[in-house]
Order: sequence, then structure tokens, then C-alpha cells
Amino acid sequence: MTVENQRPITVELVDEHGIKPDEYERILQLTGREPSYTELGIWSAMWNEHCSYKSSKKWLKTLPTTGPRVICGPGENAGVVDIGNGEAVIFKMESHNHPSYIEPYQGAATGVGGILRDVFTMGARPIAAMNALRFGSPDHPKTRHLVSGVVAGIGGYGNSFGVPTVGGEVNFHSRYNGNILVNAFAAGIAKQDSIFYSEAKGVGLPIVYLGAKTGRDGVGGATMASAEFGEDIEEKRPTVQVGDPFTEKCLLEACLELMQTGAVISIQDMGAAGLTCSAVEMGAKGDLGVELDLDRVPVREENMTAYEMMLSESQERMLMVLEPTKEKEAEAIFVKWGLDFAVVGKTTDDLRFRVLHQGEEVANLPIKELGDEAPEYDRPYIEPGRHSGLEPSDVEDTGDYNAALLKILGSPDMCSRAWVWEQYDTLIQSNSLQIPGGDAGVIRLTDENGDPTGRALAFTSDVTPRYVEADPFEGGKQAVAECFRNLCAVGAEPLATTDNLNFGNPEKPEIMGQFVFAINGIGEAVSSLSMPIVSGNVSLYNETNGQAILPTPTIAAVGLIEETDKMAKVLGANEGDVVFLIGTEANHLGQSLYLRECLGIEDGPPPPVDLMTERMRGEFVRAAIGSGEITSCHDVSDGGLAIALAEMCLANNLGMTIDLASETPHASLFGEDQSRYIMTMQESYANMFAANAEGSGVFFSRLGTVGGDSLTIGKYVSLSVQEMRATHEAWFPEYMERRPAVEAAQ
Amino acid sequence: MKACVIQFPGSNRDRDMISALHKIGGEKPDLVWHTDTQLPPTDLVVVPGGFSYGDYLRSGAIAARSPIMNEVCKAAENGVRVMGVCNGFQILTEVGLLPGALMRNAGLRFVCKSVMLKVENADTAFTRLYSAGETIPCPVAHHDGNYFADSETLKQIEDNGQVVFRYAEGTNPNGSINDIAGIVNKQGNVLGMMPHPENLIESDHGGENGRLLFESAMEIAEARAA
Repeated sequence: MTVENQRPITVELVDEHGIKPDEYERILQLTGREPSYTELGIWSAMWNEHCSYKSSKKWLKTLPTTGPRVICGPGENAGVVDIGNGEAVIFKMESHNHPSYIEPYQGAATGVGGILRDVFTMGARPIAAMNALRFGSPDHPKTRHLVSGVVAGIGGYGNSFGVPTVGGEVNFHSRYNGNILVNAFAAGIAKQDSIFYSEAKGVGLPIVYLGAKTGRDGVGGATMASAEFGEDIEEKRPTVQVGDPFTEKCLLEACLELMQTGAVISIQDMGAAGLTCSAVEMGAKGDLGVELDLDRVPVREENMTAYEMMLSESQERMLMVLEPTKEKEAEAIFVKWGLDFAVVGKTTDDLRFRVLHQGEEVANLPIKELGDEAPEYDRPYIEPGRHSGLEPSDVEDTGDYNAALLKILGSPDMCSRAWVWEQYDTLIQSNSLQIPGGDAGVIRLTDENGDPTGRALAFTSDVTPRYVEADPFEGGKQAVAECFRNLCAVGAEPLATTDNLNFGNPEKPEIMGQFVFAINGIGEAVSSLSMPIVSGNVSLYNETNGQAILPTPTIAAVGLIEETDKMAKVLGANEGDVVFLIGTEANHLGQSLYLRECLGIEDGPPPPVDLMTERMRGEFVRAAIGSGEITSCHDVSDGGLAIALAEMCLANNLGMTIDLASETPHASLFGEDQSRYIMTMQESYANMFAANAEGSGVFFSRLGTVGGDSLTIGKYVSLSVQEMRATHEAWFPEYMERRPAVEAAQ
Repeated sequence: MKACVIQFPGSNRDRDMISALHKIGGEKPDLVWHTDTQLPPTDLVVVPGGFSYGDYLRSGAIAARSPIMNEVCKAAENGVRVMGVCNGFQILTEVGLLPGALMRNAGLRFVCKSVMLKVENADTAFTRLYSAGETIPCPVAHHDGNYFADSETLKQIEDNGQVVFRYAEGTNPNGSINDIAGIVNKQGNVLGMMPHPENLIESDHGGENGRLLFESAMEIAEARAA
């Protein structure tokens, strides 16, 4: 037996593994004796927050996860949703926050790699990716380096793998100074009759290791991601994995080829906690034991211990249960793609997880208890305090609306993100109908010959953390509602949702309160808007030296467009078109960008969302787009009406003349009241449109016309498109090119 | 005309290219695996974009040493049309079928966006359906597209009219010398270009400006007339 495995188990060692004393008592009971060192590592890997969801499980169970289109909800590698024609979309969003802060390029790259693997493990070819990024204040000394590394890492992996990046978010706030967020989304398409799951079936069947070799990278990564950061963060660099998109691309092709042969009984990718987590999950789900022989695991480093091999998070690896008669055929496919293929174990009927190394049994544990009996906590929480209302009259009106509009339009959170997404391949696969910069990314669906079917999927990701911070329940609702709105704005029917819940330390009752109330808000919204949660991920302990991030429950959603020739875009308005607002005039300035950017205040409640209204207006907007008469459409969100109009002017390179007279112009222009859209159409359709809106009971108003080269809003705003563009496009490249004095001197 | 597409591990715009050739040529191209030692009967060999061998060592360097590239070189010598796009262009320079080299973008970042291309030479097998001097939009998506050749080589390819596409003024995305976006060999039967005409062949793509390149290379107009 290796010396490592005989390492005595001390109180300190248990603590270093992030295992609490009472959890260790339970482990002693379940093991029936003191665990070996390798076994302690396995328990820690399975029972950490990242893998076991022990603080969040109780609340995740309350989320609506079923619906007529849901084929498979949470619990598998990704969610599966029926899109008709015998096909399914398979998608999920997942965080890679902790590693990306420690090593931004590799952290972000392997985040993309992990989520792509989740999707193709189930038999789907990835067709779209998105990413939601939150960075610290632009003034923070690490921010520029982190933005640069994360964006390059996402591009470096996704571009090489060959999936178009179609959307995402980038925001800055000082509360992310010590913990950035990197949330990666991927979606793929599969035939409904060839979807692959992780539940092992059959006793005595070979378990096969596929993909890249195992090294020492990422050992203990999942445990690292389940703790706060302190001063020792630099020491954690070795826990970050290193990605190889080339191997992943080969693995994709090999897996999809393999799946067609009938050789795959079940398959699971090796993500967090690598070999341990994948083997235990497959066995526990299938009520089977698993025996692994580590001497057969392909390795790229010498003298690895059993502990290291079981906890390595080396990337681009898979585990599968093989149909034994197909072994030769299966192996040939992997040889062709230059990948490892090794039978490393077998399924057993004794419900034990046994690990052999150099002829010794280094672990022998009950598999069901490892997988299913992780502790579940009902953590104490306190209801978050609420802000008292903030009337427009309580908020200073600066009087200079041109300046306010430009200030918001050119701010770090609202300026053009082209610097970011031009580093992502948005066009590969030739099916991109809408790339980043609009309300949703759109990818058309094709038949087996690659010919378009006239249908498409729309993808969006959203959350407004300042709203969630101010009111977790309303903020949670709003995140879902905005995704719903983004999908409706392109004419897509929202189908389903994935959530990526990023919060601080759940052991603090106020953080747990944010979590609980945000989940309640999300649950209410996905239920009212019929977009069930089919997959997701929780990232807790996003804290550094006791300072937590803004609560950030990122929502990503998928919608279906039945007729792509009627799809709407922000682009498409023509000179002379009529401009309509769906929704009412704004007066909500609490938590608005006007308040933050122009007055330097973060205060008040977030704008409430009325879900019935949201649904009604969304359905009206979709029906209007379905008429084929809408030339452009945009939802009204951050920055309010004035910013939405400005963004439409920029996209179309045309001006607009808008009628507006208001007692409280700052609120009318910049209030962030929810459930609103701007739509344009030819004058000849305007009466019909108005009649339809009235018939549907939807509030609307005719705002003005498209034309000229300036945006004019009443007597308040008059700005040339050119000036707005210069402001909108300036900040990001200027910020990224600006070199700190020290760096420039070198 | 019969076309084939070479596939390397890490090729990722092979599917885009296959689909474009199929849609425009009406026939599915043959697929040739990089370890093959024989090309099928073919009139047009296409080396597609991607990250063959993960761009390890240098982009295109390892793929250029694949067994099939010997056959591609022989075919080129025999006058068969060979077209390399993006990573394909990098491979064709690495294998010596085209002069010069593609270095890391001047901005050191991957860049994906639409640029304007000036058709510099409309007198080649690949561009004869365009008009000389016309400007077309075309997307680029690459990390190593910064074309470079020493001054002597550069003079030769300029004097010989081997520069086929140039980034129109102000749109050079990568720092390429003389704004070079695509070149042919001296004989005119081998084309390499960084932009992706295969991503601009349908109205869904926002334009069909890439079509004429394929129609030229595959002699579609002639086939229609015949």
C-alpha cells in the first residue's frame, strides 16, 4: 500500500478537507471504521458544498422543474427540453468563479470546457454558448487583468472547440473585487431517441475511461470552491485545472461517433472531483456498486497516489459503462481521434465503491451513502430588510438630460461590449441569426443536410444584482422576467430556464436570507411565466475576508422561434417608421442607473414586476412579431426608456423623434419600470397595431417616428447618433488599452 | 466539379465548408481524413478552418506534416485547385504551397467581425465572377491572421498580381502587411485567405457575397450553361 494512504487521520487533516466535526462523526459511522487517507479525500469530495448542494438542496427542491416540454429536469448533466420534430435542446449554466479569480485564463477556459462536456455527454452537439461575467470595480488594480484573462480564456476554449458564443453579460461592481463571477452556459441539440444518461445499468459490465490522461492538476478543486477566500489565495493556484480545447473537440467527435454504435450504456463526464464524483454518481443512481483499478487509469505524471488520482480534476475526461460486445469498435473510434480508452473497472452488485491501487484496496465505502446521504442543512436565515419607497420627487433632477443619457450610455455597465464579444467566434457553424448586442442570441435549426428548417432557438442570460441586493425576492423575479422579455422581444416562445445561483457564505443568516428569498422570487416567476428550471448550479462562499458579492442568481433561458422570417431584431427600423411603447410611462427611479451613475447613490427598492402583466405584454409582443409587420423591437431595461431608444438608434444608425411631456422628466426618461418594450413598424400598420393592443388590454402609446440622424425626446434630449455612438463605444477599449503606470514602465 | 474537404483533428469549420460546397455545388464533397495517403478523384481540394492540432507549436505547422498533405501538394503541382481558408491558409503556407506566413494578430487577440474586402485580382480561377476593385463584406474569425512576407517575396507577389483580396482601408483586423487578406500561388491554382466566405452564402448570414468565390472555383456558371 502506498505510504500516502496510511497517513494518520488527525483533527487538522479532517478540517483541511472542509469536513465539520459532526460530519466526520457521520462519516465514521457510515465507513464503520476510521477512513483511510484516500477515503477521507473521497468523502470530502462528495460531501463538499459544490458537489452535494448541502446548504441549498432544501430550497432548490421548491423550484418548478416540470412542464409539458420538459424531458429531463435537474439531476443529470444538463436539462433536456422538447423542441418538436423529434429533437431536444439540452442546456445548462455553471459557474467557475473561484478558479477564474485565481487564474483567469484557465479558470474561465475550463469553465467553458466543463459546460460543453455536460451537454455533449448527453449526446447533444453544442450549438450555442453564452457567459455571464461580473468583475470588481474598474478602479480595482486586479480588474483589468481579470477581464483580459477571462475573456481570452472563454474565447480561447470556445473558439477552438468550435461553438458560437451568442450572448452574455459583463458587469462591474466593487462588491466583486475579491470574487469575480464566471458563469458559462452551453446548449446542444440531440434526437429525442438518442439521449444519454449517467445512471449505470447492468452488473459486471466494464467501466471505461475516455479522453485525456490524468495529472495532478485541480486536486481538491471542488473543496477549494466550497470555501471563502482569505490571504492564502495565491497558494490555491495549483487547485485550478488546465484546459485543452483541442482534446475536447476530439472528445466531442469521438463521443458522438461512439454513441451511434450502441456501445454506450451510460456516460458521465468527469467534472468537479473527477473520477470520484463521476464513478459514485453513476453507481449510486443505478443502485450498483463500482470497482475501479487505478493501475489502469491513463496518467501523464509518474508516481501519482490513489488520493491524487481520485481527486484530480484534469479536464476532457469521461467515464462510461460499455456494452461489452462493442469494445473493439468503441476502442477503434478513440484510437482514431488520438484519445485514451481504457477499461478501468466494472459495475458490481454489492453497492460498495471499491478502489484498487497497486494491488491494494485503498477505499471501500458504501456508494449510496456517498452519493445520496450527504448532509443536508436547513441553515438559519433572516428575512432581508426592505428599502422604503422612493418617489420621483425624492430624487434630484439634474436637469441636463443629454448629459445624463450620455453618462449612462457610456458607463462601464452600459457601454458597448463589442471589445468583449469580438474575441468570441459568433459565426461558426453558419447558423447564427443574431449575435451578441441584441436582446437574445438566435441560432437557426437545420435538418440532417444542414439546410435551415425555418425554426430557431433564442438564448439569453440576465440578472440585475443591484436589484437582488435591494430586494432578493423582487430581484429574483426580475431576473426571470427579463429573460422572458428578452426572448419575447425577438419573437421567441420561452421554453425553459437554467439557474446559476451565486451567493456569499450560507452559514451567515443574512446571506442565507438572500438565497432563500431570491429562490422564492425565481420560483414564483418561472411558474407564472411557464419557463421551468431544468438544470442549474449553485456557487456559495463567494466571499473574501468576510466581504460577500452582490447576490447574483444568474438566469439563462431558451426560447423557440417557429418562423425565422418573422423574427424581430433591434436592427431593422426604417426611416419613417412609427415608434410604439408597450407599457406605461415610467416613474420608478429606485436602484436605477440614473441614481447610481448620475447621482452616485444606490438606494430605494428595485422596480417591482407584476408577473401577470409581464406575461400578457410578452404574449402580445410575440403575437405582434408573428404578424411579420414589426420592423424592430427592443425591451426596456437598465437605464429606462431613453437608453432603450438610444440603443435602437445606434443599432439602426438612424435617429428618432419622440413626443414626451412629463412633470418628472428624469423619471420618465430613466425610470426602470418593468415589462416594457419599444416596437417600430410602418405607418400603414400603426392603426391595426394600436387596435390589437387595445383589444389585448395592453397599455401602449405611440411615441413618435424613426428618421434623421438625431435622437430627440420632447424638449429634453437632443443628441446626434454619431455623438451617442462615440460615447457608447469608447469606454471598453479605452479602459482595456490603458496600461497601469508600472506595467508601461517595464 | 468534384470537391473534397480535408479533415484534421481540431478542424472546426469543416462542417461550415462542407455545407457551403454542398449548397452551392449541389453535391456533397468527399471527406478526407488527415492520415489518408490518397485523395479521391477531385477538382477542388479545400483545407478548412479551425484549430488543427490545437494550434500547438504554430498554427498549421503540425497539420502541414500530415500524410495527406503530400497528396495535396502533388495535386496542386498537377494543377488541381486547392483552397485554404483561415487555418487552411496557415497550413498552405506551412506546407510551402503559398509564400509568406501568418503571425499572431497585431492586437494579440482573437478577432471575429465583419470586414470589407477589396477584390484585387478578379482574373483568377477563384475570383473571376467578381469585378476587379469591387468591395465586399466578409467575416473574419482568427487569432493568427497577420500576413507577413519578406520584402523580396512581397514584391514578387504584388508584381505577379498574386494578392487576390485586400482588407479595405481601415478594416485590416490583424496588422497584415499591405492589408493582404488572400493570395494565390504563382500558377494561380492555389488560394489562401483568412476571411470566411463560407459564412456568407445565404441571406440568413446577412449576405451572399461569399457565393461567387465558390461558384468561380467550382465553375458553377459553366455547369449551368452546359
